[in-house]
Amino acid sequence: MKKVERETQDGVRKLGRRGLLLAGIQLGVVTTLALRLRSMQLEHAEEYRMLADGNSIKIRLLPPARGLIHDRNGLVIAGNEQNYRVTLTREEAGGEVEPVLRRLSRLIPISEARMAELLEEFSRRSAITPIVIADRLTWEQFGSIAVNAPALAGVTPESGLSRAYPRGGDLAHVMGYVGPVSDYDLSKIEDPDPVLMLPEFQLGKIGVEAKLEEVLRGRAGARRVEVNSAGREMRELGRQEGEQGATVQLTIDARLQNYAAQRMGSESAAAVVMDVQTGDLVTICSSPSFDPNKFVRGISGPDYRALMNHDHRPLADKTVQGVYPPGSTFKMVTLLAGLESGLINANSRFFCPGSTEVGGRRFHCWRRGGHGTMNAIQSLEQSCDVYYYELSQRIGIDRIGAMARRLGIGVRHELPMSAVAEGIAPDRDWKRQRYDQAWQIGDSLNASIGQGYVLASPLQLAVMTARIASGRAVAPRLVRAIDGVPQPIPEAAELGLDRTNLNLARAGMEAVMNGGQGTARRSRIEREEWRMAGKTGTSQVRNITAAERARGVVSNEQLPWNRRDHALFVCYAPYEAPRYAVSVVVEHGGGGSTAAAPIARDILLFALAGGLPPLDAVPSDQRAALEERHNAMQLYTPEPPKPGRTRA
Amino acid sequence: MAYLDYDVTRVPTGFRKILYLNWPLVFLLAAVACFGFLMLYSVAGGRAETWAEPQMYRFGAGMAAMFALAFVPMWFWRGVSIFAYVLCLLLLVAVELVGDIGMGAQRWIDLGPVRLQPSELMKIALVLMLAAYYDWLPLRRVSRPLWVLIPVALILLPTALVLKQPDLGTSIMLVAGGGILMFAAGVSLWYFGVVIGAVVGLVYAVLESRGTDWQLLKDYQYRRIDTFLDPSVDPLGAGYNITQAQIALGSGGWSGRGFMQGTQSRLNFLPEKQTDFIFTVLAEEFGFVGAISLLILYTLILGFCLYSALSNRDRFGALLTIGISGTFFVYFAINMGMVMGLLPVVGSPLPLVSYGGTAMMILLMGFGMVQSAHVHRPR
Repeated sequence: MKKVERETQDGVRKLGRRGLLLAGIQLGVVTTLALRLRSMQLEHAEEYRMLADGNSIKIRLLPPARGLIHDRNGLVIAGNEQNYRVTLTREEAGGEVEPVLRRLSRLIPISEARMAELLEEFSRRSAITPIVIADRLTWEQFGSIAVNAPALAGVTPESGLSRAYPRGGDLAHVMGYVGPVSDYDLSKIEDPDPVLMLPEFQLGKIGVEAKLEEVLRGRAGARRVEVNSAGREMRELGRQEGEQGATVQLTIDARLQNYAAQRMGSESAAAVVMDVQTGDLVTICSSPSFDPNKFVRGISGPDYRALMNHDHRPLADKTVQGVYPPGSTFKMVTLLAGLESGLINANSRFFCPGSTEVGGRRFHCWRRGGHGTMNAIQSLEQSCDVYYYELSQRIGIDRIGAMARRLGIGVRHELPMSAVAEGIAPDRDWKRQRYDQAWQIGDSLNASIGQGYVLASPLQLAVMTARIASGRAVAPRLVRAIDGVPQPIPEAAELGLDRTNLNLARAGMEAVMNGGQGTARRSRIEREEWRMAGKTGTSQVRNITAAERARGVVSNEQLPWNRRDHALFVCYAPYEAPRYAVSVVVEHGGGGSTAAAPIARDILLFALAGGLPPLDAVPSDQRAALEERHNAMQLYTPEPPKPGRTRA
Repeated sequence: MAYLDYDVTRVPTGFRKILYLNWPLVFLLAAVACFGFLMLYSVAGGRAETWAEPQMYRFGAGMAAMFALAFVPMWFWRGVSIFAYVLCLLLLVAVELVGDIGMGAQRWIDLGPVRLQPSELMKIALVLMLAAYYDWLPLRRVSRPLWVLIPVALILLPTALVLKQPDLGTSIMLVAGGGILMFAAGVSLWYFGVVIGAVVGLVYAVLESRGTDWQLLKDYQYRRIDTFLDPSVDPLGAGYNITQAQIALGSGGWSGRGFMQGTQSRLNFLPEKQTDFIFTVLAEEFGFVGAISLLILYTLILGFCLYSALSNRDRFGALLTIGISGTFFVYFAINMGMVMGLLPVVGSPLPLVSYGGTAMMILLMGFGMVQSAHVHRPR
């Protein structure tokens, strides 16, 4: 008991000592706080009061430089250029902007109309909002304003970066363009980056620029500045640089893209070049195009209306948004569906008398007189329609639809482009869902030759061709690398089609180009190592009435442009070891063999040769015309590679 | 020596206990809370219903809880301490598994009408646990390594869980509160010396190693430390708030700009002016006079608690009182140090003033136990 008693006594004493020690420490801390308070509030109060009253420290965002876009060879296809502009703030101008504007107009041209527009804008906007008076000034103009700044109250010469597309219209549909941030844009973003609120900030509107906006935008920096009560900056207190957006490298070859654009000329057309092995879209070109730089600067009303009203629809991206009845280019799908079903083989023959009658309706072959007896290869070579009418009746639409989807038609391919169309690979279910109608046998006949309900985009046709050429489910890809990090090439699975069947379809396509009766024989490549395979297609955009037929079918040339047939062509080369698949659609171009095939062949040759198609690769009678055509082109010739890097 | 060994016949019973409460402490707490009401009213732009009114209700509820707890005899608290600790620990684990994300961290358990914040409860439970431990532990063993390791583990276990939420402020509070209690319990100063030495050494090594081959942290981690130490490195983040807070605070001067007249605090430069940065509003509007008054009130609360503890012959009650008041001390010292730019920015409210129900409730419950220790002290 005594010991316990002593221990308690000890405990209490010790607690007392420690308690007092603790009290001392706590008092020390409290004293420190009190001294700090005294120092801030009594000794330095004046300084803080000044900072507070001058209202003082502001954060100014530094917009990040947008990431560059390169083509597959590292050529810049979307860059940033220094842009000198001048802004005016009404409050800093002393409330009266007109005299300042008049003085400014002696240094830079401001038209009377523009002056009125500006005055109207100043009266509308708040006094502290800086308004851009002039954009894209020359260095001389910019300098003269900077020198005269003291006499121009409220005028701020600014320099910033703005987007520039050095390739103009060549890549307009792929890359899209940037534009000012609209309220609508902001409403779509859940948690908008504050940098989007900057008056001059631009963000991607369509195409790659829009789809890869997050990657390209970068991270805003900030400056902490001290401003006086008038809002003028006194000094910079801190600065944190932003981070430029990532450099995106596309799979596009800018030179080939340029050649494709030039080759299509003023036609309303689309061309897609796809790497058969990797799925890289080397070219994806829609014609005619528009200058995306105009959109960056803010396109004028008349210019915009001209684009909108143009009957060739320059603003539409025909490569991925446009869908067309694929016509005879679809015949490989029907043929493969038939071969895979086991119901026909290479030697199965159908007789073509020029037409066939099904369910009281007559379906014509394109050759009125008929082709006679046809086997699989011949049916492709001569593009016999009746062969496919017969075939489709035996295998049914569901097999055809499934094969189309397997080859990439009627499925959406994931690409960072705007409005990628899905196309239509019809079957019974589809028609029931879409129209609530039963599938008719006539629908099958139409679908078997790529007419009727079937719709495919040029991109899908290129994918189809690449898949037939490689036998694998190649998927298109547009982004090659981000910030130097190569993007993975998705492993393309085997299509699971029988080798013999695929080889038969390929042989048929080869015969189209090189066979004695080949429909695209004129567009063949004469170099053995680049021997090509292809398929023509001509798709009707209107129904030929019986009356017309009775009068004799009118030739395309006699019809108004927008009622002529679409010309299509798909091809790949080299036949033995395929590298590139190409699809070309010429809207209302007439026949696939005459309008689309030569274009596709020349583009394919450019891809294979890595430069202008060598003239000896085309049939001798076309060489002069091709040379003349090349001479008329304004081709893009990028700076030759630096001497140090090439070997002599 | 157990509590009942003391002469308990003179301990007040029934409603007579109310006469033996530590009344000065009650008034001091109420006075501090009144500062809070005024500031919340001011920050809301002269509207009571935004923050001031709910805060008053909570304070009322908290006071009621304090009185209720004060009436509960001391031996009850000692008996439940280990259960309270284990329960809180389990809740912390539960919050890790099912907790709602609040303010970017996992802190809450939703129990229908009540939202439970176990990390707050833990502040009290840890103090209870440690006080009971040192009450039970014979004095001669207090500094033996094994018997030091046990409370260290008791502190670090919940701290780790809270840190994972992540809630740095509360973690620091737990470590500091537990450390103060161990200090008061008489753990040899050598241990504290070694720990402080080790921390200082580690920090020194980390900073010194920068740029050498044996660099201890990654570069980006150093950049984070830079921002932590010097907020102006990060002008968009915490640094901006701190700069603005200091301008507000300093511009208050001797007597301040007057109630509801603060200009800095009125501009919406602070994201949480009603919670962590409320002291700047006080300092701007009431100046040095107001700020120092609050500091004095806080100091007086500490003083009364310490006096009560030192005059308490029951070791559990004394340690509990010191532990609770110690936590309270760390609370306001960190908050004030932060807004005055003495400490890095750590999310920590100003006790009884900042807007927030749970923290105030828990704190007042803690003071209820302090009152209980005071009322039931052996005489």
